[in-house]
Amino acid sequence: MMKLRKLVTLMLCLSMLVSAVAMAGCDDKEEDGKLKVGIIYISPKTDGGWSEAHAKGFAQAVENIGADKVQLAEIESIDDNDAQATETALRQLAEQGCELVFATSYNYMNTVVKLADEYKDIKFEHCSGYMSSENLANYFGQIEQARYLSGIVAGRMTESDKIGFVAAQKIPEVMRAVNSFTLGVRSVNPEAEVMVSWTNTWYDPQKEKEAAIALIDSGCDVVGQHQDSTATQEAAQEKGVYGIGYDNPMYSEAIKDAYLTAPIWLWGAYYEERIQAVLDGNWESGAYWGGMAEGVVALDEMTDLVPQEVQDEVNGLVDTMKEQGNAYVFAGPINDNTGELRVAEGESLDKDSQMSMDWYVEGITVAAE
Amino acid sequence: MNAGMMIALFLASAIRMSIPLLLGTVGESLTERSGHLNLGVEGLMMMGAATGYVVAYRTDSIILAILAGMAGAGLGSLIYAFLTISMKTRQDVTGLALTIFGTGFANTMGKALAGTTTSEKIRAFTKGQPFKPDLTAVSEVPVLGPALEYISAALLQHNLFVYLSFAIAVFAYWYLFHTRPGLHVRSTGENPAAADASGIRVTSLRYLHVIVGGMFCGLGGFYISVVNVGTWLDDIIAGRGWIVVALVIFIRWHPLKAIAGTLLFGALEIVGFRMQQIPALGSLPIFSQYAIDLYPYLMTIIVLVITYARKKAWQGPASLGQPYFREDR
Repeated sequence: MMKLRKLVTLMLCLSMLVSAVAMAGCDDKEEDGKLKVGIIYISPKTDGGWSEAHAKGFAQAVENIGADKVQLAEIESIDDNDAQATETALRQLAEQGCELVFATSYNYMNTVVKLADEYKDIKFEHCSGYMSSENLANYFGQIEQARYLSGIVAGRMTESDKIGFVAAQKIPEVMRAVNSFTLGVRSVNPEAEVMVSWTNTWYDPQKEKEAAIALIDSGCDVVGQHQDSTATQEAAQEKGVYGIGYDNPMYSEAIKDAYLTAPIWLWGAYYEERIQAVLDGNWESGAYWGGMAEGVVALDEMTDLVPQEVQDEVNGLVDTMKEQGNAYVFAGPINDNTGELRVAEGESLDKDSQMSMDWYVEGITVAAE
Repeated sequence: MNAGMMIALFLASAIRMSIPLLLGTVGESLTERSGHLNLGVEGLMMMGAATGYVVAYRTDSIILAILAGMAGAGLGSLIYAFLTISMKTRQDVTGLALTIFGTGFANTMGKALAGTTTSEKIRAFTKGQPFKPDLTAVSEVPVLGPALEYISAALLQHNLFVYLSFAIAVFAYWYLFHTRPGLHVRSTGENPAAADASGIRVTSLRYLHVIVGGMFCGLGGFYISVVNVGTWLDDIIAGRGWIVVALVIFIRWHPLKAIAGTLLFGALEIVGFRMQQIPALGSLPIFSQYAIDLYPYLMTIIVLVITYARKKAWQGPASLGQPYFREDR
């Protein structure tokens, strides 16, 4: 028995040694002349949701700028609540020689701020946060515009005038999602009510699906989502109702009778611009907040389930949306769901109020929180 | 929708949520009954979910996928069994390590398939409702018609795996309490030295039950990834393995009670979503999802406190967590 134990110990040591050597070998060799861009993602690049949208954007940027000029160093599945892992990953990118580093989830913020202060010669970009400094920019998009349009689709497609929405965690970003969606719904169908179920998770497909089914069981015939998985769409397919996705074009065979469209992220243009800026030596910090006009967000192509006249109606609004942006989405008069007037006629919700939104617009019932 | 249907749909939803917990709980009960505390349930469920999904996706065969799900988790529990039974490492620490290993293993395996979905063929099978009765004939009959419809909605419109899981739980109960090998398992868990002296082969018996128990946990993971969600996503088990560890104590290591216990815990997971029909209750803080997520653990603590307070109550397999040294009498 003793011998066996020694053997196992020896093998464990050996395997650790091997993996350590292998890890060391992973350090990319400096390739001359190429700009190295580091990225950390919260989930795998192929998650079909949030991270995939970012990864597609980077791939497009590299293709347009040229793989001979830019090289990506990507680290996936870094939990953004894990400050230790975030720091390790960012440091690794910094020490690998990345000149530009993107952190693509909200909770990376504090760590990014700290490292931006430490590595002054590296440019950092943080998605969906609000901190900036000389070498730290933040960026996000006005997905609310596409949400509003998807709300119109939902408002037109519902027959029961009950629309479900499976929401993630209660932060201003998701509140904006729920509200802009509802404003879109009620712009064409003032009778409709939107029932929101909060899962209080970012990521639990089983739970998301049950939340969607509960909404459908209580009479909703269209369900929308602010979740990164397709579970809500699957529930819609199984129960024979319509679904509106998020993040990415979600269409697949598996949800072909449910999926109508989705507000989607198109990061390619922004990433190309920022990488090019570093190559040209004119990168500047700032706070970017593009919308449909800039092409950062869009509505996915509507499927054939959406009647042509609804498609025309939605597409007819795209130009107005591009012109006026979120000012159109959050144009008064807007009441909250207790009946209090929040935005007066002729006014529009300002950016700060959008960024800290914590109230529901009229027409929303909270089903679960 | 009327109240009867609402309750029926609530029950159906609770059953769907309870199945992965039930498989895990039955598996872990078998393992713990033989005297081994395996805290790696979360890891095993992840491994089963990943291997099951990968094989379902690649081969399009549900049978191979089930076998792969069980084999994946079986492999994980084999590692655990080797370390704790043969190497006599600490069971709690090894189990925790298995959770970390299993999660990493599964996410690595599934990475290439993240966001994909299973094929039409697999779906047709996993969404099938083999016991759904045709009630058109009786739907007009007063009382009986609606009553049958409620029963059907709650109990009979599930996929095959739901019934299979209940059968596994009943079988595990029969095996543990009504067969000689089951008696051997329980006596090994209580006192391995005495079991050994009476001619029971403690080591091989423990290997067998740790591995089979792990396989059931894997089946629970398989149920989430292949049957219920039909897609692979990182960390798809989302902590349910830990609920299983608590559940095993809650149900007093008893596979039949596991059915009731997991149903209760499954219902707690979704009760928040269903509160919407009763708005007055939905707004109370005790029904907020945050509070509801806490109740399974709270109930487990209460059960623990009650059983420890009653001095004569059985406290679980006596040798649970203790390695068995044959030479050590």
